[in-house]
Amino acid sequence: MSERVVEIISQSFFQILIPGIQVTIPLTIISFALGLLIALFLALVQIANVPVLKQFALVYIWFFRGTPLLVQLFIVFFGLPSLGVVLDAFPAAVITFALNSGAYNAETLRSAILAVPKGQTEAAELVGLTYGQTMRRIILPQAFPIAFPPLFNSLIGMVKDTSLASSITVIELFTKAQQIAARTFEPFVLYLEAAAIYLIFCTVLTLLQKWLEKKMVYRTPESKLTASENKGAGEEK
Amino acid sequence: MLEVKNVYKSFGNNHVLKGIDFKVDKGEVVAVLGPSGSGKTTLLRCISFLERADSGTIDFDEFHYDMADISKKEIHTLRMQMGFVFQNFNLFANKTALANVMEGLVTARHVPKAEAQKRAHEMLTKVGMEDRADYYPAQLSGGQQQRVAIARAIASGPRVVLFDEPTSALDPELTGEVLAVMRNLAEEGTTMVVVTHEMKFAENVANRVVFMEGGNIVEENTAKEFFRNPQKERARQFLQKTIGEA
Ligand SMILES: Nc1ncnc2c1ncn2[C@@H]1O[C@H](COP(=O)(O)OP(=O)(O)OP(=O)(O)O)[C@@H](O)[C@H]1O
Ligand SMILES: [Mg+2]
Repeated sequence: MSERVVEIISQSFFQILIPGIQVTIPLTIISFALGLLIALFLALVQIANVPVLKQFALVYIWFFRGTPLLVQLFIVFFGLPSLGVVLDAFPAAVITFALNSGAYNAETLRSAILAVPKGQTEAAELVGLTYGQTMRRIILPQAFPIAFPPLFNSLIGMVKDTSLASSITVIELFTKAQQIAARTFEPFVLYLEAAAIYLIFCTVLTLLQKWLEKKMVYRTPESKLTASENKGAGEEK
Repeated sequence: MLEVKNVYKSFGNNHVLKGIDFKVDKGEVVAVLGPSGSGKTTLLRCISFLERADSGTIDFDEFHYDMADISKKEIHTLRMQMGFVFQNFNLFANKTALANVMEGLVTARHVPKAEAQKRAHEMLTKVGMEDRADYYPAQLSGGQQQRVAIARAIASGPRVVLFDEPTSALDPELTGEVLAVMRNLAEEGTTMVVVTHEMKFAENVANRVVFMEGGNIVEENTAKEFFRNPQKERARQFLQKTIGEA
């Protein structure tokens, strides 16, 4: 490796990492959290069979899963201004990522809720809980661990998808790498660097996922094995 | 006290209940017997409105409703006076034994937490599960889960407790502990409807036996008479088969 390349790497690494931390990570977290709320709403109106809203959810999911994320970004950022809706690049990206992931995660949550055995709902109704109480107190807490791995999958996916925001002028990790690549004429090095930083982010998330899964596993319905390992914990009390 | 009349229920073309008249008096233990598929579970589920009967009426103390045309609120009112024990327990998997028993008290009946906790501990003591109060269902054996489920069903002091084959999902060595708890409840005067294949239990604990077949009640009798001298040929054959096997 030539001295020049070493120098470019040592200089650019932090220049790329900083927008990664300041833009890519907040963009991911805010979008994902909003998307999760949208997903919960879309899943619940389908499961509760709410007229009109259920049809709305189906059309919504159909649209956002059926069109490319990049096209959606362009519609929101470049298209909406012609309707008089002008958004800054960052909020436009947040809105698009949230709407998009909401559609995907709605399906994850819906199937997780349906995976909770029907007897749980019946037992809850018979002890006198209302539908809302049953959902909140019994079903969702059991659906969450089931939905957790695929949701985390979608979170990791989103970390990488945020690179698309570079195309609507958000200065995030990848935008910065592109800028430096253009200046130094070292695209190979710079894009490898960008890839490495995404890889670091996703590795941290993967480790976090493993750790969190271990923490919650014994509350899930089919966890007899882990439960017996945890018996000591119960006996101390 | 609780009486349903003329209950019909079908699933598609399958006529499962064909005009059932069934009642329980206060303090009575009624065993519901009958071959598999005769509609026993469906009857209990219609009484508790987990299934909606196609037609029929229910009289439950001061309440009188048309079973096919009853509002959610009315169903809720009736359920608040019933306890239900499932064949496969259905304890809330995300809650400890104690929290399972407390749930209906705190969330549905707004009993203050401290009071509900005290009551739940009493119930768990009653079923011999006090030492497992902080365990999650997945950490308990089937028999233990069913005893907690019974504690949950009786915690609010229901006027009647419905049991659907409470021991048939259990290993033989675990059925005894559950039946012992149920026998205690019966001795305390709890009004109970028990769908069961445990003939000994039905004979010794129940006051009355209802024998179902093909969606009809074929014979109703005192438990003693039913086992000593069944009136109907079908019942006689059923007893011969089940007791012969045991
Ligand atoms: N949800 C349902 N959908 C369709 N058919 C059903 C449903 N539940 C019960 N059935 C049918 O109703 C009939 C009676 O079933 P039920 O469970 O009431 O019998 P059972 O007397 O409890 O039998 P077992 O002793 O095996 O528990 C059966 O033919 C069954 O297939
Ligand atoms: Mg049954």
